[in-house]
Amino acid sequence: MSQSAESFARNPRIEDPTRGPVENASGDPAVYQSHQDEAPNRADQEERQIVPVRHWGRWAGAAVIALLLALLLHSLITNPRFQWDVVWQYAFSPQILEGLRRTVWLTIAAMAIGALLGTVLAVMRRSENPILSATAGGYIWFFRGTPQLVQLIFWYNLSALYPTIALGVPFGPELFSLDANKIITVYVAALLGLGLNEGAYMAEIVRAGLNSVDKGQTEAAEALGLSSVTIFTRIVLPQAMRFIIPPTGNQLIAMLKTTSLISVIALPELLYSAQMIYIQNFQPIPLLIVASLWYLILTTVLSIGQYFIEKRFGRSENRLGNKTLLSKLITRRLAKEIA
Amino acid sequence: MNTADSQLENAAKPLIQAQGVFKSFGSNRVLQGVDLEVQRGQVACIIGPSGSGKSTFLRCINHLEAIDRGSLRVDGELVGYREQGSKLHELRKHEIARRRADIGMVFQSFNLFPHMTVLENIVIAPMRVHGISRRDGEAGARELLEKVGLPHKAGDYPRTLSGGQQQRVAIARALAMKPKLMLFDEPTSALDPELVGEVLTVMKELAGEGMTMVVVTHELGFAREVGDVLVFMDEGRIIESGAPRDVLANPQTERARVFLSRVL
Repeated sequence: MSQSAESFARNPRIEDPTRGPVENASGDPAVYQSHQDEAPNRADQEERQIVPVRHWGRWAGAAVIALLLALLLHSLITNPRFQWDVVWQYAFSPQILEGLRRTVWLTIAAMAIGALLGTVLAVMRRSENPILSATAGGYIWFFRGTPQLVQLIFWYNLSALYPTIALGVPFGPELFSLDANKIITVYVAALLGLGLNEGAYMAEIVRAGLNSVDKGQTEAAEALGLSSVTIFTRIVLPQAMRFIIPPTGNQLIAMLKTTSLISVIALPELLYSAQMIYIQNFQPIPLLIVASLWYLILTTVLSIGQYFIEKRFGRSENRLGNKTLLSKLITRRLAKEIA
Repeated sequence: MNTADSQLENAAKPLIQAQGVFKSFGSNRVLQGVDLEVQRGQVACIIGPSGSGKSTFLRCINHLEAIDRGSLRVDGELVGYREQGSKLHELRKHEIARRRADIGMVFQSFNLFPHMTVLENIVIAPMRVHGISRRDGEAGARELLEKVGLPHKAGDYPRTLSGGQQQRVAIARALAMKPKLMLFDEPTSALDPELVGEVLTVMKELAGEGMTMVVVTHELGFAREVGDVLVFMDEGRIIESGAPRDVLANPQTERARVFLSRVL
């Protein structure tokens, strides 16, 4: 191909076998057609064929991408060093599945703590009481401002700072006390480290959602005599949900992978379980693939769930624009099932 | 209105009594001594240029804004306070809510709850505040929808309705609480001209049934036809009030004359 282009450049009058004689090729087919079809009367216009715009650039781009994807796929299959047999061997091993189970419940529990704490912090932040508002602001500032890894290690080592944890009257007598080393297990440290940090981020998401609800909604509800609690739970929060859910889905997916940080405190979640295996068998690549595949599967499940929850909360708005590939696939599948 | 009736009404206390009401937002003095009495069953229309404080005054009546000075009574009770001996106790939130439940309010921008159907919009307050059952609430709501001419819209979401229909639902929602007073804050100002009539018709019917109403409006035709009292406000004060026909035909102040000549 490059050869023909070169020869063509050297001698412009040479005939290109694919295009026919050079003289004829000067007429672009589209131009040629429009010359021919110059209508004698305008009544014919409606019956004439319409030639849509051809997106040559897009087609070329798609071809390049398709080629690259094919290369990637080919190498994934043919490169023996991916060791798919090892991947398959360990994908469902008890150790990996146990890690997977821990990752799932840690994600759910940490996110639940984060969402609850975030809602409380968001309400505090919007409070007219300056102490409540400043406390929430300070919390968010601190937990967003320090590395999560440090927070995790800190909670894990809390017993170094407070050897005993006691319950009692503030500045008064102690009711009972416990050994911090026994309370702060790896699980508690992991939940504190993940959940308290998440609370700070969720607080900002919930606050933005609450602020997005028109003030007129609260006023109308107040004018009807509804109580503050009812106004929050029935009027403001449901409307804020439309704004809270998409970024929360994002946070949840991020949390799924942030749980891998707790390998530093030696809690065998999914990634750490894979690491413990490859430390013994020296096969890091296939085992990292195993972990990654599980993360991908979980993320896919969460994305599908997010799609349906968003749809449920957006029902009065009926926003059908901005379809993602995933949502299109799901909708098509549903349409088929109904038909 | 016959003599016996008017004597009875004179004997009863006015439903709204405002004396020297002041209200500022920062350095902006919005109300500067408003005095007004509205009798039971009367329709009072408040007109005036924008920024004259008419909406703020309306919002003070159900304590959406707290007044700075003066006294404001609805049905004999001070708005926002409980009188006990010589002291005034500020009301708690739930006490304010209880009083608001007796006052219906209709907003310029409708403020229907977009995540609820028309029926849910109407039944939520009677169910949550008065504790009536869903069945009774929905029966009442359907009656009210019939009354405002929207019996087939019960299951629709507000955004599918026209502005005029939304405002009629908002009126039905307020009426569901069986209020003794209805406040309208420019109820037709956000509507397309051809939709104004349907809302005014509903309001006129309501006035005909003897509902006490305070209406902030630019609809002078409505004020003339339905209003018992017309109040003209400017710069936080009431500068003219009286029978709508008199005020509109013979404004006493230069300010009102100029305003009416521009609006009419």
